[in-house]
Amino acid sequence: MSDSLAALVASTCEEFGNDRTRMMDIVRAIQKEEGCVSSETLDLIAGQLGTYRVEVESVVSFYAFLSSRPKGEVVVRICDDIIDEMKGAENVAAAFAEELGVEMGGTTEDGKVTLERTPCIGMCDQAPAAIVNDVPITNLDESKARAIAKILQEGGAPAHLVTTFGHGNNANDLVRSMVTNNIRKRGPVVFSDFSSGSAIDKALAMTPAEVIRDVKTSRLRGRGGAGFPTGMKWDFTRHSTGDKRYVICNADEGEPGTFKDRTILTECPDLMFEGMTIAGYAVGSDAGIVYLRGEYAYLLPFLEDVLSKRREKGLLGTNIGGKEGFAFDIRIQMGAGAYICGEETALISSCEGQRGDPKNRPPFPAQKGYLASPTTVNNVETFCCVARILDQGPGWFAQMGSKGSAGTKLLSVSGDCTSPGVYEVPFGITLGDFLKLAGGENAAAVQVGGPSGQMVGPDDFGKTICYDDLATGGSVMVFGPHRNILEIAAKFMDFFVEESCGYCTPCRAGNVLLQGHLKRILDGRGEMEDLDYMQKTGETVKLTSRCGLGQTSPNPVLSTLKNFRPAYEVLIKEKKEEGFKAAFDIQEALGDSKGLIGRESTIYND
Amino acid sequence: MSTDKPKVATASLAGCFGCHMSILDIDDRILQLIDLVDFDKSPVDDIKEFTGRCAVGLIEGGCCNEENVRVLQDFRKHCDVLISLGECAICGGIPAMRNNVPLKECFDEAYRNGPSVHNPSGEYPSDPEIPLLLNKVYPCHEVVKMDYHLQGCPPPADTIWAALTALLTDKPVELPYELIKYD
Ligand SMILES: Cc1cc2nc3c(=O)[nH]c(=O)nc-3n(C[C@H](O)[C@H](O)[C@H](O)COP(=O)(O)O)c2cc1C
Ligand code: SF4
Ligand code: SF4
Ligand code: FES
Repeated sequence: MSDSLAALVASTCEEFGNDRTRMMDIVRAIQKEEGCVSSETLDLIAGQLGTYRVEVESVVSFYAFLSSRPKGEVVVRICDDIIDEMKGAENVAAAFAEELGVEMGGTTEDGKVTLERTPCIGMCDQAPAAIVNDVPITNLDESKARAIAKILQEGGAPAHLVTTFGHGNNANDLVRSMVTNNIRKRGPVVFSDFSSGSAIDKALAMTPAEVIRDVKTSRLRGRGGAGFPTGMKWDFTRHSTGDKRYVICNADEGEPGTFKDRTILTECPDLMFEGMTIAGYAVGSDAGIVYLRGEYAYLLPFLEDVLSKRREKGLLGTNIGGKEGFAFDIRIQMGAGAYICGEETALISSCEGQRGDPKNRPPFPAQKGYLASPTTVNNVETFCCVARILDQGPGWFAQMGSKGSAGTKLLSVSGDCTSPGVYEVPFGITLGDFLKLAGGENAAAVQVGGPSGQMVGPDDFGKTICYDDLATGGSVMVFGPHRNILEIAAKFMDFFVEESCGYCTPCRAGNVLLQGHLKRILDGRGEMEDLDYMQKTGETVKLTSRCGLGQTSPNPVLSTLKNFRPAYEVLIKEKKEEGFKAAFDIQEALGDSKGLIGRESTIYND
Repeated sequence: MSTDKPKVATASLAGCFGCHMSILDIDDRILQLIDLVDFDKSPVDDIKEFTGRCAVGLIEGGCCNEENVRVLQDFRKHCDVLISLGECAICGGIPAMRNNVPLKECFDEAYRNGPSVHNPSGEYPSDPEIPLLLNKVYPCHEVVKMDYHLQGCPPPADTIWAALTALLTDKPVELPYELIKYD
């Protein structure tokens, strides 16, 4: 055992107070130094924290960005989601693989570069994209891929790959990223000028109960997808019993096609932190956590800096805004590549230093959340709305939008449209009108709400974007007439199969069954019966899964069955013999045997 | 034997015969069953080929080789209702544990490297009498349409009895919790 490794483990664990609940930070820090969290390291960490090896190992094995085996000094993760695939990610991946001389998933012989695939990294408006260690590289093509591969092989640092910076804070010294914001439409709630502290001042002039009343009056509903009324959630959190309360900001933004929180984190983090601070005052909490997805690690130094500036201004810390006794501070918890960690109870597990497993509900986080204390989990955009509501008044906010959905919504649009990017639009806009804004009016299909949402066709373009009609956490993916709808649905099912935490059978096994049947149909070996089977299985998975992932994962199949049924039916051929399964091909099933034994079948020899 | 009685056929494919033992476990009710039905192709009476159309076919085991597929397809052609009897028929069961092992490794273990194997030439047997193995073990419903599944390893005799008598007397199949509870 190397002494230096033991020393590193000891000092890292000490830095986090030898606290098991900070496991994510500990293993991330050690991996950063060592390249991986080796088997030996697992034992050392367990020893140092006074816990079992399996506790450490279950964390390291759960997250895509953590590894117990050594990887290259640089890891290139290419987004292989549908939008990137449409923009040529396959060729980019092939160019990388060829230039580096490795297969996908492999590491160059000199240990310099590892090449991997990853689901959506939140750069869909500038696809194909990849992250190289923490550095996002966007608008890739084959020749750029080859050039990058060469630089990395020659030992170039990932940061040096960035030669031009995106606008706004992407060019900030602490970000220095090529990512462009692509904010195409500004609105009054999120993308408007804001002077830090103004909303806090107004909130502190009221009692916490009055703040919650205002949030209720504004009719604000959660922007993360589920649309739960924010004021009500805060009320529950405030009134649940516990010595300590927490405010968590969900910046996991993992739903493919969603990248609106990226622009908030880049351009208006103050608004978001202000909203969190107000939440702290309202629910009676002195501690906030931002759960930032691993893919956005490039924003971490910048966000830390914004936090320290807020501390300097007295907007975080003790006696905030001069209010005696009101203390609140925020820490940033990094994720490590797991879609399920956007689900609030899985997110809490992850913050507690565990695998990102969802928890049983009830109790809800508002009753027993982070470290079993009452916790409100809200989306990045929700906190921005809160700050603006306190600043401008609940009535001002409530009169915008539609009946059941007050205010504006950030939509991130990508795919077959001329102006991909982020739009702040009032709730209640029709999908058709929105597509015109984004230059996507030729769409044959639109995925609203990401893979867990709905695939709709032109018949539904008159529907409105709001919680009660076409709900979305922000993702809008546009597909032109030349796209194969079922291949897109199959891609989404691959995503859910990969991202299911595996805890409950309907989700773990049911999604695999749906995926298999869909592939079968795409192969031209499906039967009409398969459609009924998929419908029933999809409904069962939705009904019997434990968390929101499983409860929405069959949607790619169910919504295309509903809205694009002819796309299935044209692929289904006449049956060969009554009662025989079209998907079963005896010659294919005998292929291996015939080769090994060296003879043809005597039974099936026609 | 009167010919207007409905006929029942059974087959054991890639199974252990445990499910057939469970059929026999209906004990003296077999006499009542014989009043209700005639047995056609089945290991129970050793009738090798179908003599006509059958009302019900009971299938034990999944398909591990081409002969299993032929028999199962033959059952589908001759039976009105086909039932997957037991875990092996429904999911592949124990035989399907080989599905994670490449076929060549299975052959090597069976014909070359196994501790009790004596095979100096190292050749795999290729006698046409030995059916070719499928690349993996398939549950019955992936090969032909199956109408019902009776779970269990094996399904208890009472469960088989309840399902069979209901089907043969045209009543809805009612399986109370005790008959489908396995822990
Ligand atoms: C699989 C899954 C992934 C989710 N991902 C996110 C996410 O990335 N960001 C988010 O804000 N909410 C996400 N949610 C919703 C959260 O569970 C939670 O409802 C939300 O953060 C609450 O905030 P809100 O009330 O402000 O919307 C996800 C839910 C599920 C089931
Ligand atoms: S529904 Fe899926 S993701 Fe959610 S707990 Fe069950 S297995 Fe895990
Ligand atoms: S289900 Fe059980 S009893 Fe029936 S064949 Fe399989 S192993 Fe034997
Ligand atoms: S970045 Fe690839 S789909 Fe979002």
